[in-house]
Amino acid sequence: MNHPVVIVGASMGGLRTAESLRRFGYLGPITVIGEETHKPYNRPPLSKEVLANEVTHEAVAFEERDATADVNWVLGTRAVSADFEHNIVTDSDGQVHPYAALVISTGLRSRRLNVPNGELTGRHALRTLEDAIALRAELVQGKNVVIVGGGFIGCEVAATAVKLGCNVTVVHNAAHPMLRPLGSELAEQMQLRHEAMGVTFKLKRTVTDLLGVSHVEGVKLDDETVLHCDVLIEAIGSHANVEWLSGNEIDRNDGILVDSAMRVMQRSGHAVSNVFAIGDVARFANPIFDQEARRVEHWNIPTETAKRAASVIAAYLNKSDAYPAILDEPFKPVPSFWSDQYDNHLLAFGLLGLADKATLVAGDISGDCVFEYSRGDQLVGVCGIGMRSVVQSYRAKFI
Amino acid sequence: MIKVEVDMTKCQHYGQCVFEAPDIFRLNADDKLEYTAEADDSERANIEAAVDVCPMQAIRIVE
Repeated sequence: MNHPVVIVGASMGGLRTAESLRRFGYLGPITVIGEETHKPYNRPPLSKEVLANEVTHEAVAFEERDATADVNWVLGTRAVSADFEHNIVTDSDGQVHPYAALVISTGLRSRRLNVPNGELTGRHALRTLEDAIALRAELVQGKNVVIVGGGFIGCEVAATAVKLGCNVTVVHNAAHPMLRPLGSELAEQMQLRHEAMGVTFKLKRTVTDLLGVSHVEGVKLDDETVLHCDVLIEAIGSHANVEWLSGNEIDRNDGILVDSAMRVMQRSGHAVSNVFAIGDVARFANPIFDQEARRVEHWNIPTETAKRAASVIAAYLNKSDAYPAILDEPFKPVPSFWSDQYDNHLLAFGLLGLADKATLVAGDISGDCVFEYSRGDQLVGVCGIGMRSVVQSYRAKFI
Repeated sequence: MIKVEVDMTKCQHYGQCVFEAPDIFRLNADDKLEYTAEADDSERANIEAAVDVCPMQAIRIVE
C-alpha cells in the first residue's frame, strides 16, 4: 500500500491542502493530524462576531467537501517528531505515521507574558476556539478588562469587549496601536476612534508583573502604574510551532524556511523533495516585494501556500511529466487581510509593514480613507477604512 | 456553466472574492458585493479560489 500524504495541523491550511491535493489529481490516502479535537474551523470570527455572540464549533466549522470525505483525521493528538530521512512522523500517542509526503501546517501559538507572578488564573489569550469560549464567558458588562498588546487581535477584542459593556484598557509597547502595519497617521486615527468608543490606551508601556493571589487582579506597568482588572487578555503575538521538528537539519529560526514550491530547505541549501511547510509557519520569499524570506500572517496565505504545495505534491507523487515545470512556476501571492473594529472596516493588500512611507490617496482621514504604502519608489501595500472598491482597484498593481 | 450562490445574510462585503475572481464578483459604489450567478466553466478555478478565501464562508458553487 502507498503511504499517505501526512498533513500535520488540522487548520484551514491543512484542510485546504487536502482539498487541493484532490483538485490537482492526487487520489491516494491523506492523513491529517491535529492537536485540537475539532475539525478545521475559521479563526477570524473568534475575535469578532463569535466573541460577541454564542461560540460553538458548528458556527465556525468549515464545510466538508465530498472530495475529502475519505481523509483520515487523527485529532486530539500532537505530532511530536518527524524524521525526514526515514519519512515518518510520531504522534503524542506513540503512533508512527509513515508518509509519502509530509506537509507541516502547525501554525502558531499565542505568546504569553513572561512575568514573575505568572501562576495566576484568569489569564486569557485568543487563538483557539477553546480560548474564545473561555474568554466569552468573562466578557460581561461592567468588567474591567486589560488587553496587553494593541495589534489587530488586541484591537478587535477591545472593540468587541467595549460593545459588550466592558471597561477596556489596552497596554501597548509602541506610540499607537497597530503602528507597525498601519504607519503613524492611520494608527493614530484608529487610536482616536477607539478612544471615542471609550477605550483607554497605555502606550509605550509594557507589563512587568501581575497582581493577585490565585486569580489575576491587575497588572503593573514599567512606569509602576497599576491597572486593576477582572479579565486579562494577552495579545502580544505568537510563536511558530516548529520545536517538534528538531533533529532535522533545517532552518527553523522564525518559522520554517521553504523554497518557492513550499519545500522545506535543509541547512545544506537543498530542498527536501517530499517535505513541505505552509501557512503561518512557512517562511518564503515573495518576488512581488523582494528576495527575502518572511513568514506572513495574513488571511489568504494559508490557502495560497496550501494550493502551491498541493500542486507540487500531486505532480511529484503522480510522477507527472509536468513536475519540473510546476516546480519552476513562480509563487507570488498577494497578501490580503481585513479587520473590523466598531464600524471601521479595514481592508488591506500587500505587506504594509515593509513601507517607509504611507500616503493618503483617497477620502478623508477623519472618515473613510485609503492609504498607499511604499518603500522608496515601490508600492508595497494599500489599506483603506471603508472605500473597499477603491482598495480593490489596486489589485492590478500587484499582479 | 457554473452556478454561483452567495448567502447575502452571511456576506460582510470583505471583497476577498473580488480579488480571486474579479470577473464574477465586484464591489459597487456603496462597497456592497454584486456577483454574476452564472459563469463559464473557464472561471471554475477562480470561483473555487473565491469560495476558499471567503472569510464568512458565504459562497457556494451549486453543482
